[in-house]
Amino acid sequence: MKEQNWEPKIVAFVCNWCTYTGADLAGTSRLKYPTNVKLIRVMCSGGIDPVFILKAFERGADGILVSGCHPNDCHYNAGNFHARRRWTFFHELLDYLGIDKDRLQFSWVSASEGKKFVDVVSKVVNDVKAMGPFKGYEQLNKEFMTEFPDVSGVNNDVIIKEGEAV
Amino acid sequence: MEELRKHAKELLENKTVAAILAYVEAGPQRTKPAIITKPEDVSKMVFNEYCLNNLAVYLTKARIKNLAKQNGTVMKLGIVAKPCDIHAVVALIQESQLKREDVYIIGMNCHGVVKDFGMEFSGETLASKCVPCETHKPLYYDIVLGEEKQTPAVSDEVLAKMQAIEKMTYEERFEYFKKEFDKCIKCYACRAACPLCYCQRCITDKTIPRWIESSPHSRGNFAWNVVRAFHLSGRCIGCGECERACPMDIPLSLLNRRMTETAKEAFAYVSGRSIETPTLVGSYDVKDSDELFM
Repeated sequence: MKEQNWEPKIVAFVCNWCTYTGADLAGTSRLKYPTNVKLIRVMCSGGIDPVFILKAFERGADGILVSGCHPNDCHYNAGNFHARRRWTFFHELLDYLGIDKDRLQFSWVSASEGKKFVDVVSKVVNDVKAMGPFKGYEQLNKEFMTEFPDVSGVNNDVIIKEGEAV
Repeated sequence: MEELRKHAKELLENKTVAAILAYVEAGPQRTKPAIITKPEDVSKMVFNEYCLNNLAVYLTKARIKNLAKQNGTVMKLGIVAKPCDIHAVVALIQESQLKREDVYIIGMNCHGVVKDFGMEFSGETLASKCVPCETHKPLYYDIVLGEEKQTPAVSDEVLAKMQAIEKMTYEERFEYFKKEFDKCIKCYACRAACPLCYCQRCITDKTIPRWIESSPHSRGNFAWNVVRAFHLSGRCIGCGECERACPMDIPLSLLNRRMTETAKEAFAYVSGRSIETPTLVGSYDVKDSDELFM
């Protein structure tokens, strides 16, 4: 029963200038897309460090979407070109380590492509639903919690006090 | 070997170099790295199949760099380097960590090294990094020494293992690497031995926020090993020092090799081969494949 009601957690890292604005357009156009996706806005797809992805998996994400401006449309001229090379490696590496390629997906969505954003998100959600929960990382998390029971439920990663320099 | 000692002595006497990073004897069938600064010490220098260390790792260390700074001028640092070590030197030059004119490369012709100290050199004991090696002669050098000999031909076990892993299902692969990474004790020997891990402050040492958990449990180990492999992708020159340094025998070369193959397949790039070429991940091409993106 629990398995049937399971809904995937999807984290989307989107760039401020294109995909986030595209998502905004999807909203203002009253288009509907699955609510499984949680958007995280970053300034550029080139600024998304692969450790963000790992952290999202550690925090229980079942699938991740990374999206930015189309090639040649980057607000910073070359951010997405640099990202493209890096993701090629990272995607291959995760695949090799046994993380299904569909758990981490990429797209280019421009500010005017509200419809495309809806399609992309729906595709990612459907793909992840078909695969089911991310058992591999769940196991890693479970072991972590058994080994360090005191910190379960405590976010010990990001403790930043107000006004503190990072 | 006499040739090497003679040349090293000349370099030190002429003050061409401030010091030479070299191998010295450390028991039977065993060598260790040394910094030779005095001409009288050159008699200790050796070069044979037991010269396993990649001495390029020392070139970026501040303490070694300071040796070259004498009386207000920067002298050259000499390095005894196998062809694969020279790839590391080239990669460091490509990444602006080193200037070509600051290093004097004593390139050694190489026909392979052994897996570990104390082994008789043969095809069976040939280090796995030497099996697919194509550069037995130095590519960049100030002088080439040593005799040219044939490398024993053996089958590429790392490649075979890599291909076997690729045939597994996702679950099996995850399980396999989880088991391997579980052994990790987070000693960071792989990082210390790597000539291209030269960051003053590694991301795993940063605590606000802490991206990679530093305690040795499976989740943190997984993150560390992924990040280590990723940070070296398209840069690793395949010297295999990380794997040799690992006290827990994690097959790190399986990861590095996969990334090297990706660089070859997707970008036709091999790291550390040309000083003039920009680094792969430090540059981009508008014509790169867009296959990955929806």
